[in-house]
Amino acid sequence: MTEMNEKLVFDKPESVIDRATHYCPGCHHGIAHRLVGELLDEMQLTEKSLLIGSIGCSVFLYNYLNVDAVEAPHGRAPAVGTGVKRARPDNFVFTYQGDGDLASIGMAEIMHAANRGEKISVVFVNNTVYGMTGGQMAPTTLIGQKTTTSPAGRCVAHEGAPIRMAEIIASLGGVAYAARGSLDCVKNIRAAKKHIKKAFECQVNATGFGFVELLSGCPTNWKMTPVQANERIQKEMIPYFPLGVFKDISEEGGIC
Amino acid sequence: MSRIEVREDRCKGCLLCTTVCPVDIIVQSDRFNVSGYKVAEVPAELKEKCTGCASCAMICPDVAITVYKTPKKKGGK
Repeated sequence: MTEMNEKLVFDKPESVIDRATHYCPGCHHGIAHRLVGELLDEMQLTEKSLLIGSIGCSVFLYNYLNVDAVEAPHGRAPAVGTGVKRARPDNFVFTYQGDGDLASIGMAEIMHAANRGEKISVVFVNNTVYGMTGGQMAPTTLIGQKTTTSPAGRCVAHEGAPIRMAEIIASLGGVAYAARGSLDCVKNIRAAKKHIKKAFECQVNATGFGFVELLSGCPTNWKMTPVQANERIQKEMIPYFPLGVFKDISEEGGIC
Repeated sequence: MSRIEVREDRCKGCLLCTTVCPVDIIVQSDRFNVSGYKVAEVPAELKEKCTGCASCAMICPDVAITVYKTPKKKGGK
C-alpha cells in the first residue's frame, strides 16, 4: 500500500531524455549527464542551451540531453563554442569533452578559448584513457597505467607526465572559474554538482570562462569491475589530480 | 516507509548502488533483464529499512533508481 504522505525525492531530471544510454555498466558519463541535466533544469537554461558535442564516448550526448546541439570535429568543441556564442550571445553554450578530446587533439582550442575568456562553459570528463577507441593512452593516463598503447605502463621518460588540466586552465587570464571534482562517491558527486553550477553561473553572469574537470571511471578499459574502478579513483587518481577550486574570480566581477 | 524503485530495463548491474547504501539493503538479484544484466534489487524482507537518503540514485550512472521518502511521523512512529 502506498502511503499518502510519500514524497518523490529523486527522479530523472526533465532535461535528460528517457532513453537507455550506450555506456558500459559503471561508466560515470551517465552521472555527469545527469548532473548537467539537473543544473539545466534548476537554472532554467534548457530552452536556450546549445550543447557543443565532442568526439569520444560522449559523442552521442545529443541523444541523451534534451537541448539543441552542434557536433564539433575532434577536439574543436571550444572553437565551435566560441563561434556559436559570439553569433548567439543570448544562448547558453556549453561543451562536454573527454580527456582524449580536450587534453590531446583539442589542446590548442581549449587553451585559446580559455585565454580569450570566451563566455562558454566546459565540462571536462577525465577518465585517464581513450574510451571509445579501445583504451589507448591519453595525456592524462597515470604513470604506470597499462593501456593498449603503453602495455608496459606509462613511463615519464618516454611519454611524459600526466597533464593536470584544471591547474593549467586556472593559470590563464580569461578564466573566471576552474575546478576539479570527482564522481566516485556520493559526497564527491554533490561537490562536483556545485562546481558545475559555479562554472555555468560564470556564463550566465558573463564573468568569463568556466571550466570543470570531473574525475571518472572507465571500468571496461581499466579492466576492472565498476566497484574496483571507483576504488582506483580514490586511491590513484585523487592523489595525483587533487580535488578543489583552482580559480574563482566570479565574485570579484569577472575578467573585465 | 521510504522506498526505492529500480527500473529493471535500465539497470546495468554495475552494483555501485550497493556500495553507497548506508543500511546495506541493495543486492544483486538472480534475474536478468532484457539486456542480459543481473539487476539490483531490495529483497522484500529488507524493504522497510530504506531511509530514503537517495544515495543509490545519486551514484546510479543510468538514472535507473527513483526514490520515495515518507517523513517520520511525530512521536517516533
